[in-house]
Amino acid sequence: MHIHIPTPLRVYTGKQSVVQVAGNTVSDVLTALTTKFPELRKHLYTEEGKLRAFVNVYLNDEDIRYIVQQENAPVKETDTLSIIPSIAGGAPSSATSSSTKLLTPEEMARYSRHLILPEVGEEGQLKLKAARVLCIGAGGLGAPLTLYLAAAGVGTLGIVDFDLVEASNLQRQVIHGTSDIGRPKLDSAEDSLKAINPNVDIVKFPTRLSSENALEIFENFDIIADGTDNFPTRYLVNDACVLSGKPNAYASIFRFEGQASVFGTKEGPCYRCLYPEPPPPGLVPSCAEGGVLGILPGLLGIIQATEVIKLILSAGEPLIGRLLLVDALAMRFRELKLHKNPECPVCGTHPSITKLIDYEQFCGLPSKSDAPAALVNGIPQMQVEELKRRRDAGEDLFLLDVREPYEFAIAQMGGHLIPLNDLPNRVRELDPKKEIVVQCKVGGRSQMAAEFLAQNGFEKIYNLAGGIIAWSEKVDPKVPKY
Amino acid sequence: MLRIGQAQFDSIRRHGEATYPDECCGVLIGHVEDNDNIVIDALSAENTRSDSAHNRYHIAPQELIRIQQQARRRGLDIVGFYHSHPDHPAEWSKTDLEEAHWIGCSYVITRVSGSLTGGDGDALRCRAMETNSFLLAGMGEEDKRLEPQSIEIADVVGAQ
Repeated sequence: MHIHIPTPLRVYTGKQSVVQVAGNTVSDVLTALTTKFPELRKHLYTEEGKLRAFVNVYLNDEDIRYIVQQENAPVKETDTLSIIPSIAGGAPSSATSSSTKLLTPEEMARYSRHLILPEVGEEGQLKLKAARVLCIGAGGLGAPLTLYLAAAGVGTLGIVDFDLVEASNLQRQVIHGTSDIGRPKLDSAEDSLKAINPNVDIVKFPTRLSSENALEIFENFDIIADGTDNFPTRYLVNDACVLSGKPNAYASIFRFEGQASVFGTKEGPCYRCLYPEPPPPGLVPSCAEGGVLGILPGLLGIIQATEVIKLILSAGEPLIGRLLLVDALAMRFRELKLHKNPECPVCGTHPSITKLIDYEQFCGLPSKSDAPAALVNGIPQMQVEELKRRRDAGEDLFLLDVREPYEFAIAQMGGHLIPLNDLPNRVRELDPKKEIVVQCKVGGRSQMAAEFLAQNGFEKIYNLAGGIIAWSEKVDPKVPKY
Repeated sequence: MLRIGQAQFDSIRRHGEATYPDECCGVLIGHVEDNDNIVIDALSAENTRSDSAHNRYHIAPQELIRIQQQARRRGLDIVGFYHSHPDHPAEWSKTDLEEAHWIGCSYVITRVSGSLTGGDGDALRCRAMETNSFLLAGMGEEDKRLEPQSIEIADVVGAQ
């Protein structure tokens, strides 16, 4: 029978476009073909011996996958077998493509101020409706970000968050209310967003974003907006955006300052081009440790939302290759140029990171999946329960509190206060022979203090894992959380 | 290089405008001459991706078989494919590379820009913008790549 060979495979059949082979079944004929031209085999079959997914084999005009006997189908001398690699493809993403769907009269009225802007118009509004944006975190940045994206008419909003609403969130996370305390942030956020715009499809991911689930979650979205508050997740979001080819509207905040950019586009830099390595653990305090002006995430979250909307509309100049620095106290905005680093381990020309890694480990933190680490950088970690047990047993443990005096005034657990920055000057106040447990708010600064003491000849040093917050949560709820 | 006649070049661009805001697709038949793909005819095909036609295309294998047979009767071969990117640059996308399997063939992409204009019954207006060609180079699936390829618009002998 005749087998028709497509143009790209003819290099393996000595340029023949039609090959004559004998056999009783499709399978026989294909085996005869690949025996005659062994080079063809790896182009037609996977290593497991299955026909490659993109290779269609047609017996006359029937796809053999849909013939009952499949490859065992009998063939006659007059039949023709055609090998046809598939032809498909498409534009990069649906976010910036037009949709044939039309706006309803209710949507026309709702979005009328957009529709009369030539830069948006009905076409732009349809793009917003077709867009799928994933927000990482429903906290300080996520609150204004999702509120404005929902109001603007972004069709699908995914939110990843596993936290519950706490009283300390309400000073800035305006998507949640007082009556939401104790509820999952996702549920509270969904209620607020639906109240503003019931047309928005909210997709909730009540989980911690991880190397295992990130690419799968990202798959159904066009743009990612990173509103996370920690380095492991920030690097995870960055790498997952680069690997999946999705832009990342990024912002971060600290005390009175913030920064924003758009990372992960094909032409522009990524977060790793700016910061190839994370800072050592504890060096940059989190908002929980360092505090944050409540309005600041509002400012930065809305810059993120603006960038997301511009990306969807392909309007204006995106913050690609530019880092916007916001100083709320001085109310000054500065801009730094960012360059794509050709040596970047994830988006450079020869990337060394081609799949997601363990980001806790990368950032020097104990892996979340493991039991509490016994040692971090050589410092034994003490759990709050153990401290309680040993204190109750009357053991002579010296508790060193390395927080700031104003934190000590809010809450304390009987420690001796020497703020981290004063420690080098006041180290003589401590007895190197005693067992010393170092404590701060959540365990970051105390780890640095413990490492400093260990380097200076102290031998019996522990870091209190989770700090005074863990003590309040697990041992003594009378100690206020702040 | 891709050599194509003005009429064929125009027809693939008009096809992109006709299907906007959906992607169009089609097959280029002709012959290979000194590593150049010479287009004798551009045949439009139906985009079977009705689920997501605005940003995906797929040509049914049956239609390809018919086109291949038709080409063979005329002594021609499949030398490339074309499709449009509605409101997107005429650059290959990740999906385009992943789904490209015809090594040695030209993949021609045209950007079609359009706008829904209100007032006169939401008339759909659009225009074909740039057209680029990419050669699928490499030895197989492992090292395949889409390389920019120059397009020469010239009277092609035998074109119709």
